[in-house]
Amino acid sequence: MSIPNEIQITPEMISDHGLSNDEWQRILELTGREPSYTELGIWSAMWNEHCSYKSSKKWLRTLPTEGPRVILGPGENAGVVDIGDGDVVVFKMESHNHPSYIEPYQGAATGMGGILRDVFTMGARPIAAMNALRFGEPDHPKTRHLVSGVVAGIGGYGNSFGVPTVGGEVNFHARYNDNILVNAFAAGLAKADQIFTSQAEGVGLPVVYLGAKTGRDGVGGATMASAEFDDDIDEKRPTVQVGDPFTEKCLLEACLELMASGAVIAIQDMGAAGLTCSAVEMGAKGDLGIELDLDKVPCREENMSAYEMMLSESQERMLMVLRPELEEQATAIFEKWGLDFAIVGITTDDLRFRILRHGEEVANLPIKKLGDEAPEYDRPYITPGKYNDLAAADVPQVDDYSAALITILQSPDIASKRWIYEQYDTLIQANTMQVPGGDAGIVRVEGHDGKALAFSSDVTPRYCEADPFEGGKQAVAECYRNLCAVGAEPIAATDNLNFGNPEKPEIMGQLVKAIEGIGEACLALSMPIVSGNVSLYNETQGQAILPTPTIGGVGLIADYRTSVGIGSAGQGDIVFLIGTEATHLGQSIYLRELLDREDGPPPPVDLQTEWARGEFVRTSINTEYITACHDISDGGLAICLAEMCIAGQMGATIEHQSEQPHASLFGEDQSRYIVSVRPDYANMFAANAEAAGVSFSRIGEFGGNALTIGALISISVDDMQHAHENWLPDYMAGK
Amino acid sequence: MKTTVIIFPGSNRDRDMIAAITKISGHTPQTVWHTELEIPASDLVIIPGGFSYGDYLRAGAIAARSPIMDALSKTANRGVPIIGVCNGFQILTEAGLLPGALMRNAGLTFVCREVKLEITNAETQFSSRYGQGEIIRCPVAHHDGNYYADEAVLKKLENNGRVVFRYAEGTNPNGSVNDIAGIINERGNVLGMMPHPENLIEDAHTGDDGRRLFESALGLVA
Repeated sequence: MSIPNEIQITPEMISDHGLSNDEWQRILELTGREPSYTELGIWSAMWNEHCSYKSSKKWLRTLPTEGPRVILGPGENAGVVDIGDGDVVVFKMESHNHPSYIEPYQGAATGMGGILRDVFTMGARPIAAMNALRFGEPDHPKTRHLVSGVVAGIGGYGNSFGVPTVGGEVNFHARYNDNILVNAFAAGLAKADQIFTSQAEGVGLPVVYLGAKTGRDGVGGATMASAEFDDDIDEKRPTVQVGDPFTEKCLLEACLELMASGAVIAIQDMGAAGLTCSAVEMGAKGDLGIELDLDKVPCREENMSAYEMMLSESQERMLMVLRPELEEQATAIFEKWGLDFAIVGITTDDLRFRILRHGEEVANLPIKKLGDEAPEYDRPYITPGKYNDLAAADVPQVDDYSAALITILQSPDIASKRWIYEQYDTLIQANTMQVPGGDAGIVRVEGHDGKALAFSSDVTPRYCEADPFEGGKQAVAECYRNLCAVGAEPIAATDNLNFGNPEKPEIMGQLVKAIEGIGEACLALSMPIVSGNVSLYNETQGQAILPTPTIGGVGLIADYRTSVGIGSAGQGDIVFLIGTEATHLGQSIYLRELLDREDGPPPPVDLQTEWARGEFVRTSINTEYITACHDISDGGLAICLAEMCIAGQMGATIEHQSEQPHASLFGEDQSRYIVSVRPDYANMFAANAEAAGVSFSRIGEFGGNALTIGALISISVDDMQHAHENWLPDYMAGK
Repeated sequence: MKTTVIIFPGSNRDRDMIAAITKISGHTPQTVWHTELEIPASDLVIIPGGFSYGDYLRAGAIAARSPIMDALSKTANRGVPIIGVCNGFQILTEAGLLPGALMRNAGLTFVCREVKLEITNAETQFSSRYGQGEIIRCPVAHHDGNYYADEAVLKKLENNGRVVFRYAEGTNPNGSVNDIAGIINERGNVLGMMPHPENLIEDAHTGDDGRRLFESALGLVA
């Protein structure tokens, strides 16, 4: 077999495709000859970090991915989890970091587009979205522009598509100055017996292309995502794709109609490395070969080469294998929604991936080996060092705790993110039971009386930097806690692991340890990881981001009427602290915002305690004598109480005496909650907590219009709200 | 009682609207696809919110030239009540069934939040279940809700009680002229409004202030 090689392959070309010498040798062996230029592109697309997970696979395998509710774990477009009554929730989180830094609006928009497609490709209608964003320090000249572009991009796409954004998180830190993170989460609902996958079945069946036309945008995007940034970054703008939410919305409706018609055998969206990855996946999973005739592919530009077409990342495209006898019905659906479609290929029995262009074969590769034989590395790693303990007594106190509280309330990470989430449609579909701003978003499951799902996205990157193992654990624990805090039973999670260059042993060490921590916590808290994404090489000029393993968790609520928010306490309700007085100031917001220090170990998480307190809080919420609940996280007890007061527009009076008031008020000890309980139930609640063996104390009551904590803090709700709400809008207005 | 919801490619609050009408009236509305040429006999026709044609060109501009629009005009001329919400309002102005235009929000960003509406005319068929001057809660979610009309048109609207809803208590989210949130045509049977009453019709939405609008339009006794 010979394929004319119009372009001579040089060593430079190989390294520009992100392939090492060893990898090239292996490719020569597997191809059985020198690959054509198109084939080089295909190998490189399949073997880059983004698609092959070659640096992380060994460690990802250690994560718990199974559980009684898990129907499909990692490996498909999204995870599938049983929520009873024949319903499933389908969800995943994915990064779009590099594109969003280069072109924030389109980068973030197409990140949304990609994750939504992952969900509806499986037959699920998207019902909720979240996004986890990390920007550089506010003073950095690019930050304002990036915040504004990313938020507008997410909103522009999600609002038009029609999915409510119900949660998310935002951090600012200098380590993201030149490498922001945009992690998008989407969840959808489907019926358990109507899940679609990419696994093709049957020989000689038509492979159908549906959606937007193919252009040159995004050629090489996945390879870009697998390399560090350097000074030529502006030249990479053409590798960012352009999103069209209108086409995506039409694609969603067309796909769901098509699936309902029974015509779909296999379906795969064209994401990273577009036509290449989707076609290979369909064939390889189904033990079939695929032959594609690129002359049939709807194109937006003229004279596109086979190479460009195979690597294009043009958005809003799908590949499907359809039942030929239902072709007429399928055509009617495509035409109704005004979508381009074409039969571009056929399934074969020879396990080859064959590409035709202008009547000539330009690629002929072993389809299963493209994926199965992708390299897997056991990269060397160094276990990161740890900080020595930091005793509260060795951390300076402040003179004015009211002023300290205000300083923290208006600090970038703590300040209200209303300016951002009001640009997202949080209400569309009319099922949002809790909007962003609390611990978790809640969406009602249509067709059931009270059933609802809760969503939360969490990670504390500064903890992960100080101790990736504890940080990984904490990310899962906080996610679990946020779900419990609204009364949801945590059922599963997705992970989006953002790290620097894995070829550096210290970065690889962060990845390994974080995954270990995540795995331990997921196991202890019964939150299997059912889908995920790894984003490595998040470095610019050799400076890596803070390790940021984002966890997106899903919880189940039997009756949303029993769920609570952070601002729903009533006048006179009793305030209980679940957990004990804080003593830990290492890596706290207090340390950073008041003392300008980022040191000490992060607060450790005891997973048994986490579980016991979470179960207790959740079941107490479900029995309806808790009126409001908030987990204690960034900023500690004082910030938790302040946020509850602001959200509820009501003050609270808290008894407080401590030898180490800074630790007690602002320490970030884990596994803790504040709950408010109706006064007539307070004794019963205390008795129940006692019986459950959960540490608690009764610390005060809600009421009035100021937050008073012992003799140290007394501030009006209005003043707190002003500090909390104004920072971000003022910052964005350049004030 | 028959309600019809018209659907364009890119409509996305159609499902919200259908669910709301079904819950309020007990009847599931029929839907009409934008390429159809007739609207079946209806007691109420609704154009729901969304981004018809991706808001390309101008919000509502392409939808206003859809095949169904002739039938919609005829339906309006027969006096059948028509409600356009959000993108529906934009389509009605683009089609000339309502005066004025909806420009980009004054703040230039999409805005989704709850606002207050004042019922400035409780004697229309869309607002009869509200009290004159009553202040209600209602969510908004739009990018182009900044209503504008020239002096002459405004005068007509204001003097003839055609401003039905006005943003109240300093909650105008988009800079619309005279705080206008919703207007009716001269005959009084076509209502366009930016806010989303269909998203506030039950306890689960934390309130049902939007419900009475549909009860009014459907002639239902609360």
